Amino acid sequence: MRQVTPIFKREFVGYFRTPVAYVFMVAFLVISVALAFSRFGGFFRNGFASLDTYFGFYPWLYLFIVPAAGMRLWSEEKRSGTAELLFTLPVTTLEAVIGKFLAGWAFLALCVLLSFPMALTIAYLGSPDWGVVATSYAGAILMAGGFLGVCSLSSALTKNQVISFVVSFAFCAVLVFLGYSGFTGFLEAYLPVGVANAVSNFSFITHFSPMVRGIVDAKDVVFFLSLTAFTLFLNVVALER
Amino acid sequence: MIEVKALVKTYGSKRAVDGVSFSVKRGEILGFLGPNGAGKSTTMKMITGFVRPDSGTALVDGIDVLKDPVAVKRKLGYLPENAPAYPEMTVEEFLGFIAEVRGFRDAAARRAHVERAVTLTHLVTVRRQTIDTLSKGYKQRVGFAQALLHDPPVLILDEPTDGLDPNQKNEVRHLIKNMAAEKAVVLSTHILEEVEAICTRVIIISRGKLVADESPAKLLARQPGARMDEIFRSLTQSDL
Repeated sequence: MRQVTPIFKREFVGYFRTPVAYVFMVAFLVISVALAFSRFGGFFRNGFASLDTYFGFYPWLYLFIVPAAGMRLWSEEKRSGTAELLFTLPVTTLEAVIGKFLAGWAFLALCVLLSFPMALTIAYLGSPDWGVVATSYAGAILMAGGFLGVCSLSSALTKNQVISFVVSFAFCAVLVFLGYSGFTGFLEAYLPVGVANAVSNFSFITHFSPMVRGIVDAKDVVFFLSLTAFTLFLNVVALER
Repeated sequence: MIEVKALVKTYGSKRAVDGVSFSVKRGEILGFLGPNGAGKSTTMKMITGFVRPDSGTALVDGIDVLKDPVAVKRKLGYLPENAPAYPEMTVEEFLGFIAEVRGFRDAAARRAHVERAVTLTHLVTVRRQTIDTLSKGYKQRVGFAQALLHDPPVLILDEPTDGLDPNQKNEVRHLIKNMAAEKAVVLSTHILEEVEAICTRVIIISRGKLVADESPAKLLARQPGARMDEIFRSLTQSDL
C-alpha cells in the first residue's frame, strides 16, 4: 500500500493544476448556499440556528456535482493513454484505484469544509448545537465517498467522459430517489411497508438525513463505507478485465 | 534477461499475436519490425504486464510477468507508443512523480534521479514547462526520460524515435547504444536504417507470427545485393 501515497499526491495536486478545481469549488459553494437561502431552502424562515436547510439539498446537489468531479478519474487516463504508463509502473490496480479515489474524496471533502462560513453564520445568529454541525459535516463527507465510488466505477468503464458522467448520474439518481419522500410514499401505498423500507434502505437520503439531525447510527456509517468499498472493488475488477 | 514464451492474444476475431517466442540477452539491442498492426505493440504490452496474454507468458530476469507483475515492472523501463504523460504537469513534476513511484522517496534521491534523466535526454531547457506546451520531439524525450529514470536493466521502447527530427533520432540512437552494454533493449521501429545502425538482432513479425529472428547482417545476406526494405517486403507480403 506504500504506492498509494504518490498516486494520491499527484491526483490531488492535479486538481489544482488546472482551473477546474477553482471553478468547481466556487460553483459548488454558490449553488449550495443559494439553495439554502432560496425560498425552497428557507434558511431564515426556519427560525433555528441549524444547518439542516443547508445540508438537506446535499444529496440532490451531489447528484450533479460528484459525477462532474469523478467522470475524468479513469476515463481521462484511458483516453490519453496514461493508463498504460500508470499500469506499467510498479503499482497494483488496487493501489492506483485507492490512491485516485482518496484524492477525489479529499477534494470533495475540502469543498464541503469550505462551506464553514455557513456554520459561522448560524453561530452568529444563534447558538447552534455543535455536535449536530459536526455529524452533518461528517455525514456529508461520508456520503461524498459513496457517490464518488459509484462515479469512479463508471468512469473506469469508458474512455468517454460524457458517457461516464451520464452513467454516474443515472446510478446515483437511482440511489437518491429510492429514499425520496415522494417516491417512498408511492411505494408504501402499493407494497408492504417492510418491502418499501427495504428499498429505501438503499438510498443516500435515508442514511444521510439522520446524520444531519445529529444521529450517528452505525448502520448509516456502514452503508456509506460498504457502498464505497464495494464500488471500488468493482472498479478494480473493471480495470483488470 | 527477457524470455518470451508462445504469447497469444486475440482481440475479437482477430488474432493479434499468434505464438511469438524469443529471448533477449543482456547487451543485446533487439529491433522489433513489422507492418502496422502486425502485433508489435501488443507483444510489448504483454511483456510489460499491461495486457494479459490469452496464453503463453514472458519472463523478465527470471520473473514471470503473470505471477509477479509488479516485480517485473520494477525491472522495466517502458516507453509506450506516443509517449503518454500527464499534460498539466511540468517535466520536472512529472519525472518527480515517476521517481516517487519508482521508490525514490527522499527528496535528495528523487532530485538526483530526475536530474540525471533530464540531463541524459536534454530536457534541461524545458524542465519547468508543462508537458502540453511541448513539441512532439520533446514529449517523446519526456517519455524516454521516464523510461530510463531508474536505470532499469531492461528497456522496452515502442517507436522511440517516432516524431523526432533527424538530429534527435541520431542522438536517441547514440543514447540507446551507449546504455546497451549492461541492459537488454527491445525497440520497435519502422525505420529500417535504424535497425542496421544500432540493433544487434532483428525480429520481424507479420500477422502475429515471427518470420525472422537473426542478426541484421544475416538478414541482409538472405538476398545478396538486396536492400533491407526489399527483404522486409518479401517477408511480410502476406500482411499486405
